[in-house]
Amino acid sequence: MQSITRIQSKSVVLPTRDIDTDQIIPARFLTTTSREGLGQFLFHDLRFDKDGEKITSFVLNQPAAEGCQILIGGNNFGCGSSREHAPWALLDYGIRAVVSTEIADIFRNNSLKNGLIPIVVDTTMHQYLLQNPGIDLDISIADATLTLPDGKVVEFPIDRFARYCLVKGIDQLGYLREQLDTIRNFEETRPWTP
Amino acid sequence: MRGAKTLFEKVWSDHVVVDETRDTPAVLYIDLHLIHEVTTPQAFSVLQQHDLAVRRPDLTLATMDHSTPTTPVSSFKDVKVVGANAARQIARMEENCRDFGIELLGFGSEQRGIVHVIGPELGATQPGKTIVCGDSHTSTHGAFGALAFGIGTTEVGHVLATQCLLQRKPRTLAINVDGHLPAGVSSKDLILAIIGQIGVDGGTGHVIEYRGPAITALDMEARMTICNMSIEAGARAGMIAPDDVTFEYLQGRPRSPRGADWDAAVARWRELPSDADAEFDQSVSISAAQLEPMVTFGTNPGMVVGINEPVPDNTGDPSYRKALDYMRVPTGKPLTETTVDVVFVGSCTNSRLSDLQQAANILQGHKIADGVRMLVVPGSQQIKKEAEALGLDRIFIASGAEWRESGCSMCLGMNGDTVSNGQLSVSTSNRNFEGRQGIGARTVLASPMTAAASAIAGRVADPRQYLS
Repeated sequence: MQSITRIQSKSVVLPTRDIDTDQIIPARFLTTTSREGLGQFLFHDLRFDKDGEKITSFVLNQPAAEGCQILIGGNNFGCGSSREHAPWALLDYGIRAVVSTEIADIFRNNSLKNGLIPIVVDTTMHQYLLQNPGIDLDISIADATLTLPDGKVVEFPIDRFARYCLVKGIDQLGYLREQLDTIRNFEETRPWTP
Repeated sequence: MRGAKTLFEKVWSDHVVVDETRDTPAVLYIDLHLIHEVTTPQAFSVLQQHDLAVRRPDLTLATMDHSTPTTPVSSFKDVKVVGANAARQIARMEENCRDFGIELLGFGSEQRGIVHVIGPELGATQPGKTIVCGDSHTSTHGAFGALAFGIGTTEVGHVLATQCLLQRKPRTLAINVDGHLPAGVSSKDLILAIIGQIGVDGGTGHVIEYRGPAITALDMEARMTICNMSIEAGARAGMIAPDDVTFEYLQGRPRSPRGADWDAAVARWRELPSDADAEFDQSVSISAAQLEPMVTFGTNPGMVVGINEPVPDNTGDPSYRKALDYMRVPTGKPLTETTVDVVFVGSCTNSRLSDLQQAANILQGHKIADGVRMLVVPGSQQIKKEAEALGLDRIFIASGAEWRESGCSMCLGMNGDTVSNGQLSVSTSNRNFEGRQGIGARTVLASPMTAAASAIAGRVADPRQYLS
């Protein structure tokens, strides 16, 4: 796991509420056995028409979105299925942070384990970000802050353990395996067994 | 009273291996890990890279359901998987289970089926257990008073390697349901109404406990439908207190405890319901008595109305407008004028025997309308056999419906069973997301009774007109 401390990028705005994981990556692309190369399927049915041609009106297909790493989404981003293919597709496409007023639980957990930063802001800040696409944002993972072009600093909540792992580049599986003696003891002493 | 606990808190605290601190999440022990072909190959790859074994294969149970075809076959040897990638994924599942020593209920097993159908059916799902699966509808198992939730593939790897997860304790939400469901209104309608009331993010960060007379009156299959859709309200999990209905369902199932073990288990399970004075972080009340059959009109399960109610006009909201444009549904009118192309009865939400019986009761003596394709996909091979023993397959086939092998099928269209672009589907599944059932597919979520009535009428229809 690579250490992630800072993301500096222009924003791209997808204002629709309740963007679900089926929109992020449709189920028919889940027959893969790999986590690589899923960026081509990101928002597939919003990006491409039935003939495979780019839908030019879709925000990610517009020239201004080129290279943007911070996606501002509508409320309740990432709802729906538990498919980790959703953060894999976003990261592979080049999106490194998602900002919304609410981010669905499983999607948020999956994102944090892959280095995609889920950022929840209040409604006022969200409105500002939605109405100002393409602005330069500076995210510090270590400080849990989002800095606007005018220098205004917004703190965002992030689980302290997840942040520590992101900043230090620690794999959570390694941490969990360090608990194996305690886990074994739990198994041997619990009052009932499954 | 100090120390009064909810059902969730009892199950949670019984599984904490290492306490949560400000800096570190709890280490939570997992009693049952269900796995399927779609969300596990990358997790097994991680184990292989690190040269790790599956720590507790005895607590891991595998099946194949998402990518598997449902086309009727006389022998599993005739099964033809649709698409090279799906075939590779299924082959990979068979290899991984063999190499890591995990029991796989695969092709040829009479116990194969949708993962959230077979867990309970086999008695592997039990009160007080922690159950996870790389699948958001794992919340289904909460109907037994288990703490069951969906996880991502990285977490699947964590459970395979350690039998534990790193978790922050969620908050609790009580949903109290008074009254009793009227005739023609099922638990599917109730959960759709609940999601309509609290919203698709109403449960975010919470574990729901469904309570009250309308819940305790439900049989286990109806309770599973409720808990199944907890995730559609954004909840981490949904739970229902175990009671005699639960114990009666479980007794004698292949993996249920037996003899003295059964008595000890039931005694332990009776302690699980929330203490009378336990407090929830939030609570919501709803009455079942006035409910109608419910149908969704938009592109998330919270966009739902009673079958005879007009679609509300909230089109000043761009997200709402976008959903209605996709669905091509007019506002101000009920959905009952909408023409139906496809009817799907199946999925981990509504594919159990009672669901099929409810659909068959409506269909009996009727033909489905010209131009409507109806798929009936039992949740497991076992349910298929039971339904055939009751003659339900003959009712479906006589009405013009297709009777299939078990699987997830048209709920998410991964296996070749899809709704065509622009077609309208009345579906007993759980998600009406854009493109969920196929590119451009328009999904109306409903109960098995409403789905069957709609197949007969050729338009979205109130099942109560067909009740005998």
